[in-house]
Amino acid sequence: MKQQHDSAHKHVSGEAEYIDDIVEPSDLLHAYLGTSTIANGSIKQMDLSAVQSAEGVVCVLTQDDIPGSNDISPTGKQDEPVFASRVDFYGQSLFAVIATSRLHARKAAKLAKIEYEVEPHITDVGDAREANYPFVTEPLTLKRGDSKEALATAPKRIKGSMRIGGQDHFYLESHIAMAIPGEDDDVKIYSSTQHPSEVQHMVAHVLNIPSNAVTVDVRRMGGAFGGKETQSNLFAAVAALAAKKLNCAIKLRPDRDDDMISTGKRHDFLVNYEVGFDDAGVISAVDATYAARCGNSADLSGPVTDRALFHADNCYYYPNVFLKSEPYKTNTVSNTAFRGFGGPQGMLGGERIIEEIAYALDRDPLEIRKANFYGNDGRNVTPYHQQVDDNIIGQLVEELEASSDYQKRRQAILDFNAEKHIIRKGISLTPVKFGISFTATWYNQAGALVHIYSDGSIHLNHGGTEMGQGLNTKVAQILADEFQVDLDRIKITATSTGKVPNTSATAASSGTDLNGMAAANAAQKLKARLVNFACEEYDVDKDAISFEPNSVKVGDQYFTFCDFIRAAYMARVQLSATGFYKTPKIHWDRAAGKGRPFYYFAYGAAVSEVSVDTLTGEYQIDRVDILHDVGQTLNSAIDIGQIEGGFVQGMGWLTTEELWWDEAGRLRTHAPSTYKIPLASDRPRIFNVALADWSENREMTIRRSKAVGEPPFMLAMSVLEALSMAVASQDDYKTCPRLDAPATPERVLMAIEALKRDH
Amino acid sequence: MNKIRNQIRFLLNDNLIQLDTVAATTSLLDYLRLERRLYGTKEGCAEGDCGACTILVGRISAGELIYETVNSCIRFLGSLDGCHVVTIEHLKKKDGSLHPVQQAMVENHGSQCGFCTPGIVMSLYALWMANPAPNNQEIEKALQGNLCRCTGYEPIIKAAQAISSIDSAEHDPLIVERKQVMERLQSLHDHSRVEIKLENSHFFLPASLQDLADIRQTYPNSTIVAGSTDVGLWVTKHMQDISPIVFISHLEELHKIEIGSDGIKIGASVTYNELSPLIEKYFPHVSPYWNRIGGEQVRNMGTIGGNLANGSPIGDTPPMLIALGATMTLRCGSDQKTLAVEDFFIDYGKQDRSEGDFVESVYIPFVKDGSLFATYKISKRRDEDISAVSAAFCLHLEDGIIQEAILAYGGMAARPKRTSHVEKKLVGKPWSAASLVQALAVFAEDFSPLSDWRASAEYRSLVAQNLLKRFLLETKQPSKTISLDRDAILEVPE
Repeated sequence: MKQQHDSAHKHVSGEAEYIDDIVEPSDLLHAYLGTSTIANGSIKQMDLSAVQSAEGVVCVLTQDDIPGSNDISPTGKQDEPVFASRVDFYGQSLFAVIATSRLHARKAAKLAKIEYEVEPHITDVGDAREANYPFVTEPLTLKRGDSKEALATAPKRIKGSMRIGGQDHFYLESHIAMAIPGEDDDVKIYSSTQHPSEVQHMVAHVLNIPSNAVTVDVRRMGGAFGGKETQSNLFAAVAALAAKKLNCAIKLRPDRDDDMISTGKRHDFLVNYEVGFDDAGVISAVDATYAARCGNSADLSGPVTDRALFHADNCYYYPNVFLKSEPYKTNTVSNTAFRGFGGPQGMLGGERIIEEIAYALDRDPLEIRKANFYGNDGRNVTPYHQQVDDNIIGQLVEELEASSDYQKRRQAILDFNAEKHIIRKGISLTPVKFGISFTATWYNQAGALVHIYSDGSIHLNHGGTEMGQGLNTKVAQILADEFQVDLDRIKITATSTGKVPNTSATAASSGTDLNGMAAANAAQKLKARLVNFACEEYDVDKDAISFEPNSVKVGDQYFTFCDFIRAAYMARVQLSATGFYKTPKIHWDRAAGKGRPFYYFAYGAAVSEVSVDTLTGEYQIDRVDILHDVGQTLNSAIDIGQIEGGFVQGMGWLTTEELWWDEAGRLRTHAPSTYKIPLASDRPRIFNVALADWSENREMTIRRSKAVGEPPFMLAMSVLEALSMAVASQDDYKTCPRLDAPATPERVLMAIEALKRDH
Repeated sequence: MNKIRNQIRFLLNDNLIQLDTVAATTSLLDYLRLERRLYGTKEGCAEGDCGACTILVGRISAGELIYETVNSCIRFLGSLDGCHVVTIEHLKKKDGSLHPVQQAMVENHGSQCGFCTPGIVMSLYALWMANPAPNNQEIEKALQGNLCRCTGYEPIIKAAQAISSIDSAEHDPLIVERKQVMERLQSLHDHSRVEIKLENSHFFLPASLQDLADIRQTYPNSTIVAGSTDVGLWVTKHMQDISPIVFISHLEELHKIEIGSDGIKIGASVTYNELSPLIEKYFPHVSPYWNRIGGEQVRNMGTIGGNLANGSPIGDTPPMLIALGATMTLRCGSDQKTLAVEDFFIDYGKQDRSEGDFVESVYIPFVKDGSLFATYKISKRRDEDISAVSAAFCLHLEDGIIQEAILAYGGMAARPKRTSHVEKKLVGKPWSAASLVQALAVFAEDFSPLSDWRASAEYRSLVAQNLLKRFLLETKQPSKTISLDRDAILEVPE
C-alpha cells in the first residue's frame, strides 16, 4: 500500500500548522534564554540590571523564580538545571528574559554583565579520557567468553582506534514552546516534542505542581530525529514558568544558531579496539572500549552508550568478547538521542574491525563479513547473551550482491584504480542488524484513544508523536483496516497528555509497533461491543456479523457504517475505547549484562560506489543500491521514504557534517552556513532502493511489519567504507586507511597523504 | 530635486500593500508571518541558507516582469517597493484544489515533516515556469538553496519531473496575468525617492543613481544594501543597527550590462543570476564555479558589487576578478575613481575606499587569446557552501613560455591575494610539471593560512598547491579520469 502522508496536502499548501503558526493569545509575551559565554567556571556575579531595563522587557527570570525543582534531568540525576548556577559549557542557560516582542527579548538577553571565575575546559572526548574526566553516568560492560585468553592465542591480532564525529539534528523547525496559563495550577503547553509526557512531568517538577495540572499538546513537529526527545524540556519549562508567574501566554523560540549551540547532538565516540582472528578472517575475540563525548550531563548518555555496545557486533558473531562504555563528561552541551541512539557509532566501530581484518589479509571486506555473520546454533549469541533467532542477513546480502552486480563492479573498480588515475573509486557492501525495543523495558508500552461519533466519524488519538515519519498515517491505516472504512472517515488528532497518559517518547523506531498495536486494541474492543450489540439487536450469531468496506454485514442485511453506528448509539453502546499494548518477551538485566533487550531485529544492506579526487579529497557518491527489511510493509511509500531519507542523513553524518569547537570551547558550526547537511546534489547519482518483500516479522508485531525509523540510517556506513577503499588504492590496499568520520574532503585528502608518506 | 514619497507600495499576492511606518530592518518574512499572518512561509535559519522561507519576488527588469526565488528571511521589507511578492498562499486554485507543483509533490511523497515543503514548492514553481522540462542537474541547481532533512530529496526530484505532466505552465496565473500585473507594478513606479524615517530607523530608496550619490554624501555612514545576502545576517544574527539604509537593488542604472569588444561592464547591482547567461557565453570555464555561488535564491539576490564592497577574504568572485584583471569604479558624489579589483583589498576588513562612496560598476576583461584560465572552489559540501579555498589562475603563454601569471586565492589570507613569489618563478618558464614543482617550492612565502571550522591550515596549503597541479593536468590532458564526473547521468529507479 502506498498511502500518502495524511498531512501531505497541508504540507504543500503551507496550511499544516506548526507551533509558531498557532493563533497567538492576546498579549502574548516572548521569552528568550540568557546563556553562558565561557565553557567552564563559576559565576562570581551576575548583573542583570541592563537586561531588566532594556526596551520592551517585562521581567527577568532566574533560578530564584523557580517554585519547584531547578532540574530537568530526564533520568533524575539532578544534573540538568533550568538555570545553571555554575557553567559547564558555552551556551548554557543561566536566566530568561520576558519581553513584549521576540526581538526585544533576544536583544535584552545579550545585555547581562556576568563575571566568571574561568576554569580550564575540555571539549574533546580523547582529552577527557586522558585527563580522567568523570563519567556522567554508570558505564556498561558486556562480556562473553574469555577475550583476553582468545586474543593471546589468536593467529593474528590488530589493535587500533577510530574517531567518530557527532551530528546536529538540523530539524528544519527549531525548538519552540508556547505556554498558556489556566485556573488553579493549570498550564497548557504547545511543545515541539517527541515526548509530551516527559515535558508534562518536567514542567510539573519545576513548577512544583502535580502532573494533572499540566497538559502538553503536539500536533506535529517539523522534524525531530531524536533532538526533541529530551531537549524540549528546557524551552517548555521556561515558557511554563513565565506563563504562571505573569499569568500570560508565553512563547519561546530560540534562533537557529542558539538552538544549535544550546541543545544536544549525536555523541562523538573514540573507539579503541583489538581483534583476534585466523587466516580465514574468522574472528575469535573482540575487545573494545567505546568512549563518548557526553557533554555536561547524563541526559540519555546512559542508554545511548549502552546501545552503542549492543550494536558493536552488528551482524557478526564474536566468540569471545569484552565491550566497555566510557561515558565522559565534557564541557560541551549535553549530547542526546539521535536516530540510531548510539547504535550507528557502535556498528561503525565493528565495521572498522572488519576492514582491518580485510586489509591485513588482502581480501574483499565482504568476504570477511560473510565469514563472520551470525549463524546457527553455537554462532548465534550476542555479546549481551540474546540469541539471534530471526537472522536473514545471509539471504539479504546474497540478493543484494547479485542485484547490484557487486562482484563485477568491484573488479572493474580494481582495474580502474590499477591505472593510477587522479580519480580513484571505491565500492563497499555493508550490512545492518538493528535491535528493536527500548532498552528501558518499561518504555515499551503505549496507549490509544478511539471515539466513534454518532455520525460515524472516527476520532483517533494515540501516545505517539508525528515528526514527519508518517506514524499517524500508518496508525490511521491500521484503524481504517480494522473497521473497513475509508481513511478520510478518521480524524487524526494532536497528541495530548490529556487524552492518552503516561506515554513513552516516540523514539527507538517503536512508534508504529507500539501505538499501532494500541490503536488496533482499542478498535477491537469497539468492534466486540458492536458485534455484541448486533447479535442482540438483530438476533444473529457472531459469525454472521462482519465489517465490510464502509458497511457492516449482519446476517443477510447490509448497513452502511454510519447507519450501523447510529443504531448502536441509539441502543446506548459505548462508542469510545482506550487501547493498550506492551511488548512481550523482553527483559534486560543491566548489571549482569544479560537478557533479551530486543523483541526482534531489523536487517538491511547497502552497496555504495564512490569517486574520489586524490588532489583535493573531494568526492561524489556515484551509485547506491539498498535492500532493506521492513517485514510486511504497512505503507511502502512511507517505508521507502524512511529508507532514502535515513540513508542520506547517515551519509551526511559520515561525510560533510562536522562539529567544530574553537579553543574557547565555542561551537563554531552552529548554522547551515557553517554546518553542512546533504543537498539534493549530494544524493547518490544512481539510487536503487528495494524492500525485502519476502521478509515477515517472526514476532507478532502489527501486521508482521518491522520498525523502519532508525535502521536505514546505518546503511550509509557503506559510503564511508567505499571512500576508504578509494583512499586505500593509493598504496594498493596494503594498508587499512583508518579513515575516521566525518570523512570531509580534508580528512580524505589527509588519509591519502598519510599513505603517501608511509611509502 | 526628486519627489519624495514616505511610503512603500508593493503587491502581495493579489493585494496592493501601502505602508508608511516600515522599520528599515524589518524582514519580509517577519512582515508576512507577524503582520499578515501568512504562516505558510517558514523560518528555518534566518540566514538565507535553508530555503524554508522561499517566496517569489516579481520585478520589472529590462522592460519585462520576471519572478525570482528569494529568501524572505534576509530580504528587507523596505526594498520591495514596486515588486510583486508571491507566497505559498497564492498557489492553490480558486476552487481550492492544489497547484500542479503541489499536486506533484503530494503524488510523489515529496514531504515528510513538511516544514521545508512550502519553500521547496516555491523553488520548484519558479523552475517550472522558467523551464517546464528540467533535467536532473537543472532541478538540483534550482534546489541548491533548499534543505530537506527528511526525504533524502529523491521524491522531490521525481515531483519536479512530474509537474508538467499534471499541467502546462502556460495556464498558470502568474504567466496568464503577467501583463496585468506588470501594468499594476508600472503604475506604482513614480520616479520618487522613497524615504521612511521612524524614531530609531531610517531608510531610502533613491530615485536614481544621481540621487544615490546625493544621499551617500548627506549620509556617508549609511549602509548600502543591494542583495542583503550578507547584510541581512548583520541584522538577523548580530542584531546590529544599520540605519540609515540605502536600498539600491531597484535602480535600473545599476543593473546595466554593457558588452564591449574587450570585456563586459556591469552595474554594481547586477546579480549573479543576471550575469549568469553572459558568464556561460563569454567565460564558459567559469560557469561550473558560478553555479556553486550560494543557492539559487542567493544568486537571485546577491550582487557582484556587493560581493566586492563587502571586502570579505572568502567572497566567491574576487579571486576570479583579480585573475581576469577586472577593475571597479567607485563613485563619490560626481567623482569617479577606477582601480584594479586586486588593489581594492588592502587588509582584513579594510578596503581602498573613502567616506560616502559606493561601488558603481565593475569591468571584467575577456580572457586573452593564448591565455589559460581556470577557477576552483574547495568546500566541505560541493554546493551552497562558503569556500575553504577558492582559486583563479590565468597564464598567458607565448610559444609555450609563460609571459604572465596571475594566481589568485581566496581563503588563504586576510584578503583575496595573489601568489606573487610563485608567479615570479613561473614567468619565463614553460608551463610544465617541472616548472610548477620549482615554483611551488616558494608557495609558503606567499601564504600562511589559518585553521578554522572550514579547514585546517595544513589542508588549505596542500589543496591550494594541488589546485595548481590540477590546473596543469587539465590544460595538458583533459580527461574524465582526472576530475569528478558531476554530470554522470542520474537514473531514477521506478
